Amino acid sequence: MINGAKRYIPDDMCAFISSKNHLNKERKLIERKQKQLNTVFLDSLSDVFDILNIDSNMVLSFHHHLRNGDKVIQLVAEEIRKRELKNLHLAPSSIFPSYTNLVNLIKNGNITNIHTNYLNGEVAKVISQGYLKGKLIMNTHGGRARLIESGDLGIDVAFIACPVVDKYGNGSGAVGKSACGTLGYAISDLEYAKKVVLITDTVVDKLDNYQLDGQFVDYVLTVDSIGDSSGIVSGTTQITNDPIGLKIAKDCANLLDFLGLIKNGFSMQTGAGKTSLAVVKYVEEIMKKNNVVGEFASGGITKAYVDLLEQGLFKKLYDVQCFDLDAVQSFQKNKNHLAMSASEYGNPFEDNPICNKLDFVILGATEIDLDFNVNVTTDSLGNLIGGSGGHADIAYGADVTIIISPLIKSRIPIIKEEVMTVTTPGSDVDILITERGISINPKRLDLRQKLKDSSFPIFDIKELFDLSHKITGVPKKIINNKEIIGFVEYRDGTYLDCIYKVNHGF
Amino acid sequence: MFRSLLFIPGNNPSMLQNADVFLTDAVIFDLEDAVSIKEKHNARNLVKNYLQTSTVLPKQVVLRVNSVDSIYFGEDIKLLKTKKIDYLLIPKMNKETMHKVDIVLNDFERKNNLEQIKLIALIETAQGINEIDYFAENKRLSALFLGGEDLANDLEIKRTDSNNEIHYARSRVIFSAVANGIIPIDTPYTDINNVEGLRKDSEQAKELGMKAKASIHPNQLEIINEVFSPSMDEIDWARDIVRLSKENSDIGVFQYKGKMIDKPIIEKAEKIINKAKQFGIM
Repeated sequence: MINGAKRYIPDDMCAFISSKNHLNKERKLIERKQKQLNTVFLDSLSDVFDILNIDSNMVLSFHHHLRNGDKVIQLVAEEIRKRELKNLHLAPSSIFPSYTNLVNLIKNGNITNIHTNYLNGEVAKVISQGYLKGKLIMNTHGGRARLIESGDLGIDVAFIACPVVDKYGNGSGAVGKSACGTLGYAISDLEYAKKVVLITDTVVDKLDNYQLDGQFVDYVLTVDSIGDSSGIVSGTTQITNDPIGLKIAKDCANLLDFLGLIKNGFSMQTGAGKTSLAVVKYVEEIMKKNNVVGEFASGGITKAYVDLLEQGLFKKLYDVQCFDLDAVQSFQKNKNHLAMSASEYGNPFEDNPICNKLDFVILGATEIDLDFNVNVTTDSLGNLIGGSGGHADIAYGADVTIIISPLIKSRIPIIKEEVMTVTTPGSDVDILITERGISINPKRLDLRQKLKDSSFPIFDIKELFDLSHKITGVPKKIINNKEIIGFVEYRDGTYLDCIYKVNHGF
Repeated sequence: MFRSLLFIPGNNPSMLQNADVFLTDAVIFDLEDAVSIKEKHNARNLVKNYLQTSTVLPKQVVLRVNSVDSIYFGEDIKLLKTKKIDYLLIPKMNKETMHKVDIVLNDFERKNNLEQIKLIALIETAQGINEIDYFAENKRLSALFLGGEDLANDLEIKRTDSNNEIHYARSRVIFSAVANGIIPIDTPYTDINNVEGLRKDSEQAKELGMKAKASIHPNQLEIINEVFSPSMDEIDWARDIVRLSKENSDIGVFQYKGKMIDKPIIEKAEKIINKAKQFGIM
């Protein structure tokens, strides 16, 4: 069948209808896990597997706050290999290039199904090539929280890397030798997994402030190290020096200003890429010039936002993950730097998630099509290179969603007739800003009206599409392999698109 | 008319691809100093293909060719056949170079049935400064461009933030250009990360009489354009003067905010309006 985003979905799947369809549904919640009388401390992962009877066919979850420095998923993967467990279903919130131990487990059928929000590196490559015997389900950060709390994905054991744990089993990411800041993606796992294991390299007597409540924790495993600090804070803190990126960023900030979106009490979110950081810098200049104080910024937090908080330009930061050391330190010491869970951030069934309070968001795109559908999941050849993360959550929630991207990346036009994979439906995307022009989604008549007499270079997206082809020539059409290896799951649990095995013979 | 000119190395395809995007009045595709000897042929080919095939070119195209005495000059000027080049930038200009270039171009234009090719003279030697009045009146010339770095090398002196060492050269370029009705272009500011330094340097050049400045990085263009554009105050003033001059056309001289306005002031106001229109500010 063809779903609401005009994409093919097998008939037996629950097809995406529209991004507002969750408004017609009831929230589905399973019971939170039982309170534990005693949290048991162990020092052997093998004992954890034995005590919890971790066996083939189970569902194991992880978070990605330690990012490319994570050693926990690698440790667990090694134990799976030793025990020759089969048909496991993994649910890490993201998969980074350093998670190399998963590669052979996928190839050998130890891991056969994966739910995740983002993946990159060798794991992405082997899944693209069709080695995962079951299916890959790519969901959003908010969608993952919904998936777990609803019981649609029952987690047998959640392995939660935790930089510091106290003797009561309470955990925090704010301090410790592997401090990574907030642990927002782990909260649903903590509260709804059948069994929870915190894995830490630092145990203290008592934590006064903690994000992970010991009442949900069954076991604490102490290990020498849970992470490599250089990989944990791997986010960039430098704004772009690329003149094209700077032009796009400046045009974006000027457009926001023209639309009156940078006003007292406003809220915003951007990605953490270099061009996004340039947008933050230009927004900061406008805020200072016009004496504007914003209500909050949210998302993965970087130094750029910490600086705005410390200058009093924002009242609060809502942080689901810290991208750099400055953000970690700010989270430790600044009471207005607040943690939020993935559910509070983007779960469509939360009463009023943070994403719904955003005035505007600035996001990237690998591809965007003539219907404004955005792909950040695969490249133009179909290789898995990312995933939604919070992309579709905040694109839905924000009043104005802006995509910033060069019109041509490495000689490839970013505007397609149809994107290879829909990550975020075009109905939630309002503006595209490129170095050669700006396009407004026709459904946003209000924005079109406001910009009608402006001096911004506004074009129909088809005009930008044609312009890019004038420069590069018309790219060869990439034909999908017909073999479905996974799905893009929209935040409400419906299926937005299929992911196909990469076709090297196109 | 220029405020800003941006150098792009001829052998840099990604910069070429985006040449039309940068906020510059002219792009200088460089076949000379930015291109190593091994790359000369590739760079020339790349620029030629770009000019022949690109549907989106910069507002004005300048080609910096190699020295007229080099083995490359003859091949470089063949790119003029694309008819996409507005100006040739001739390095190390002096009286003799101007003479040689004139002869070669006269012949080239005749053989290829081209209109007279316009030039920008890059003056970057003591000899060039000394001989400036001998070649600045050449009708091919549209601008004189001071090359401060090479001039300092020729003089065996260091470039400094004060710019004292190029004050004389800047003045010679400005006086000679203005006297011949062409544009004086200031030397690039080479510290690309020093935003304040660039602004100061540009303002100093403008105060002396430079009308434009070259840049070696696109991120310098915004400041250069700002400094060398008429300010909004200047534009408002010029609008008032032009309007009042029309209203008082029968008397010639009138007062504006307590100051006497006569023909030179009206002409200045008209130049400001003209510039503002050319640069898309009004």
